[in-house]
Amino acid sequence: MATRIYLDHAATTPLLPAARDAMLAGFADWANPSSPHAAGRRARALLEEARRRIAAALDWDGPVIFTGGASEAIALALGRTVAREVRAGATEHDAVLRAIPPDRRIAVDGEGIVRLADDPAPGTLFAIQQVNSETGVIQPLDALAERIHAGGGLLFADCSQSAGKLPLPVRADMIAVSAHKLGGPIGIGALLVRDLARLRPGGGQEQGYRPGTEAMPLALGFAAALEADRAWLAHAAGWRARLDAGIRAAGGMVVAEGAPRLPTIGSYRMPGVSAQAQLIRFDMAGFAVSAGSACSSGSLRPSHVLAAMGWEDAASGEVLRVSLGHDTRDEAIDAFLAQWHAMATGTR
Amino acid sequence: MIYLDYQATTPLAPEVAEAMGEAMAHYGNPSSAHRIGRMAAADVELARDRINAALGKRDGRLIFTSGATEALNIAIHGTALDAPPGRRRVITLASEHAAVLDTVMALRHEGFEPVILPVGPDGLVDLDIAEAAIDGRAALLAVMQVNNEIGVMQPLDALMRIARAGDVPVLCDAVQGFGKFPVPDADMVVVSAHKIHGPKGIGALWLREGLDLPPLMHGGSQEKGIRPGTLSPMLCAGFGVAASLAAERRATDLAHVETLWARALELFADWRINGSSRARYHGNLNLRRAGLDAARLISQVRNVALSLGSACASGSGRPSHVLKAIGLGDGEARGSLRMGFGRYTTLAELEEAAMLIKEAAATQKVAA
Repeated sequence: MATRIYLDHAATTPLLPAARDAMLAGFADWANPSSPHAAGRRARALLEEARRRIAAALDWDGPVIFTGGASEAIALALGRTVAREVRAGATEHDAVLRAIPPDRRIAVDGEGIVRLADDPAPGTLFAIQQVNSETGVIQPLDALAERIHAGGGLLFADCSQSAGKLPLPVRADMIAVSAHKLGGPIGIGALLVRDLARLRPGGGQEQGYRPGTEAMPLALGFAAALEADRAWLAHAAGWRARLDAGIRAAGGMVVAEGAPRLPTIGSYRMPGVSAQAQLIRFDMAGFAVSAGSACSSGSLRPSHVLAAMGWEDAASGEVLRVSLGHDTRDEAIDAFLAQWHAMATGTR
Repeated sequence: MIYLDYQATTPLAPEVAEAMGEAMAHYGNPSSAHRIGRMAAADVELARDRINAALGKRDGRLIFTSGATEALNIAIHGTALDAPPGRRRVITLASEHAAVLDTVMALRHEGFEPVILPVGPDGLVDLDIAEAAIDGRAALLAVMQVNNEIGVMQPLDALMRIARAGDVPVLCDAVQGFGKFPVPDADMVVVSAHKIHGPKGIGALWLREGLDLPPLMHGGSQEKGIRPGTLSPMLCAGFGVAASLAAERRATDLAHVETLWARALELFADWRINGSSRARYHGNLNLRRAGLDAARLISQVRNVALSLGSACASGSGRPSHVLKAIGLGDGEARGSLRMGFGRYTTLAELEEAAMLIKEAAATQKVAA
């Protein structure tokens, strides 16, 4: 294999050097942050400092509850809400959809945008992601929050893909974030909460919302990743525009082309070639991309995201996700496009 | 700083820090199908093999979790929810960790009947009481191998025989015993990395071959659908190395602990030991002295890291439920101190700590 080009940053993105250094330093303070002795208090101080820095970096002024990752933050938000009912966008992550009955899904349009048909019922929690992990589609959360709040509902936004890349929907009542999607470590996430009175505690650490010994070094890595320089993000829109144009020119199709999309995620159909075959051939050529989310990869199920947008299984089975990150370079885009073209035209 | 709080957490082993530093250079989501993902998955699977080896397990399944608390929750909830309708009792001991007791008590809301077996002054369960309680009405018996507060070791073999007779699944919280003692032959075993000189943020649930549990949270299909969420190759690698080290060093570590224990008994000859000293892990010394204010003592002895009991409950101001369970009055519980030592504790540190503790106790003018 000549090259190895990673274009799967939405699955996980390489740890940033600042996050690595922060964790290596944090390993020296290994005491239990709940211990009352000096070593424990020092670990506690570092943990709380990380919490403050994360809140500041995300422009959030409410409580921040650390969890083992976004899945757990989602489980906490949906499982302990005081809301009478939970509804969720049809293109949400499995972690959300598997927690609610199928008839509580809210339809999306052909571009993947959530359409609230009825006026929101009071006492309902709406789970709507900021950015879709497969298509990059950005939901109009400010407008949705306004409608939901006007109807007496609450908004929970899964911001696993958007945190650190877009300003967070600060009008949301709860937000889930994940460190490893933004250059921090795998194994830590957080639930940002507007008002703890709307979440039932279960006991233990994290103000009674998340029992278990806190992993302070991971929190330090999370904070450092959020504070890291993001100059590379300015290039993402250009990279993605070239991907869109190049793939369209080579006979491909851009998913949700008309919708606002996070510039680091592109989703493309190569007509006539299954995503599985594309994946294997790209992998052999040294490119790491994915068919849908990594969490369900290997399952070969048709994408529920594309199905909700009205795609037939046959067509959605030919869609691949390309996602960009801090180590992406112009040359990688060129090389990927060349490979895509070769595969689409059957020359390789 | 002399660290004598090995039950709250253990110092990160340098070998583990190094392994995690190396694993940080790898990246990729272990669930990704491409080569980079498969390389990340290889890190995870190597760690799984190492932990299984340290557990002495050749079959069954090891499920990674964010820590022991989550593993215990999955095991207790999952077993109860999957239990036949006739089995509504969930049995545990009064001296279990809060992660078990709270989870068992919470099952009341799901129509289960928590049965909390008492322990004697030595901290051990009475087998006659256990035998009377554990029968075909039970969905689960949850029992810990080594107590986190007083170090006592339950008669697990006898308890397991009783449970088998009633066809009751057994969950063993082996967090404090892992790496020190053979792993009990339970149906489910829970371990934690940071109690064996590994990182915080990862633990595991071992399930007997053929046993399946519903997930506690929803999400992806990781860990056979039992525990969704992206796995951290770095934390897995750290856990794996910690487990291998613990297995390799078991005899050395235990011999060292015995040396420290023997010296500690001499140093604290006029203090009382809470719980059995025979059926006990000797890296845990929970002592009491009449009239002592242990909380005050901890703040007096600033250069020694000590504790009153479980770190998870510290700051709550509540007296320890474990000390209560072995029959101590509030005054006796207030006069109790937990010291935990192990691999990196030196004899000189123990002696200096004992001197400082005894000096501080003397200033409290307590009666011997």
